[in-house]
Amino acid sequence: MTRKLLAILALGAAVAMVGTPALAHHGQAAYDTSKIVTVKGVVTRWLWSNPHCVLFLDATDENGQVVHWIGEVQNPLSMTNMGWTGDSFKPGDHVTIRLTPAKNGAPIGLIADAIMANGHKLDARNFVRDAVDPDAKPIDGKDASKPDAKTDAKPDEAPKQ
Amino acid sequence: MRMSCVAGIAVILSLLAAPLLHSQAEPPAPEQILPQDAGSEHPPITYDGWHKTYPTEIKQEGKPSPAPRHDLGGTWDPGPTNGIQARVKPDDGIPAHQPPYTPLGLEMLNQNHPSGGFRSVLPGDTNDPLEKGNPQGMPREDLYELRVTQIVQYPEKVLVLYTNGRVWRVIWTDGRDFPKDMEPRWYGYSIGKWVSDTTLLVETRGVDERTWVDRAGRPHGADMVVREWFHRVDQNHLELSVQVEDPKMYTKPWVALYKLPFDLRPPDFDVREMIFAPSDFNEYNKYVADPVSNKGGK
Repeated sequence: MTRKLLAILALGAAVAMVGTPALAHHGQAAYDTSKIVTVKGVVTRWLWSNPHCVLFLDATDENGQVVHWIGEVQNPLSMTNMGWTGDSFKPGDHVTIRLTPAKNGAPIGLIADAIMANGHKLDARNFVRDAVDPDAKPIDGKDASKPDAKTDAKPDEAPKQ
Repeated sequence: MRMSCVAGIAVILSLLAAPLLHSQAEPPAPEQILPQDAGSEHPPITYDGWHKTYPTEIKQEGKPSPAPRHDLGGTWDPGPTNGIQARVKPDDGIPAHQPPYTPLGLEMLNQNHPSGGFRSVLPGDTNDPLEKGNPQGMPREDLYELRVTQIVQYPEKVLVLYTNGRVWRVIWTDGRDFPKDMEPRWYGYSIGKWVSDTTLLVETRGVDERTWVDRAGRPHGADMVVREWFHRVDQNHLELSVQVEDPKMYTKPWVALYKLPFDLRPPDFDVREMIFAPSDFNEYNKYVADPVSNKGGK
């Protein structure tokens, strides 16, 4: 399982040094905030609840094995103002998500954004941060908290899983 | 003769009290004032509970009307990110931003393991009381997930209705003192006094020691005094300042919030629900918090 995950990370990950997505309720201590992983898969469940909304996604790795990915975003109240709803995803939807992966290798992460099969993009990142240090800079000097500063992936450009 | 004597005593008492009231009319300015919303972005649209949309940033057209006297009533919006923590003393690891802990306060702090901020532990390792479903208490209700806040005012009391957890509290303004032998309560006992035409100073005591001051896990004891200044700047704007005093945990009072701004939303703004139900929490822990914390799950 670990090898498969490593393979997914190696093949499917678009690694970028980005700013830190933060969650209102929990911090990001469990996540490797220096990385972004792109996962293309099929929605199995969308949990629209507190403390964080959770998207369940099945993706197939290079060996043909299905990996059950889980991505979290903020709470429904915050996500609504970003254009997300309880109906944003339905089981069977094809979606590409970019997320900050768990440090321990579990197929779980903080969703930065999600792109639907029709190209519609939902942005999840960084309307809330933990730190209030006004001098804090992203690692690479780019302000990845701004939606335009990230590497926008389109569904047809996303790495194959 | 008797009347004039009483009047004289009243004048003397009022003169003696004047400096105290004057000093309390304004919240103490912190040593350093940080930007209210540094590092955050605002989505342009805010939805209410009826899915009506409002601009997140309210642009004032013309000069707002003066604040009504002794009236805080309304639906007040601190914006999407304000109030997420003790903004004057953010939990960012910078020594100057730390409250003035006593040795006991520091010891107690280190026993608290928050799930966010500079001292964040893995989500499965936190002992944040909220994770057990405990109430936030005071002043944490002001310092964590403070969102649209409704204030309802009666002649004898002020009701504060918070979005997070659908929590409400009562601030008595009928001149009463704190009860003797206060039984600890999650939200303590609050009394308020108008210290100017537009500022209500609220003191809260008797807060249950199991609560944290804020998300960072800053501790308090049974004798903590929380002071809040609700200042209505004008018809459309409110400011909230918060001070924490607890000699057991802190060498001196410290300011946690300073003039946090709120905008007045229209009367028909429906406040959305934000409840951390145990069943939802359990599911989140099962699928996310425990697995990323090496605690099994799923």
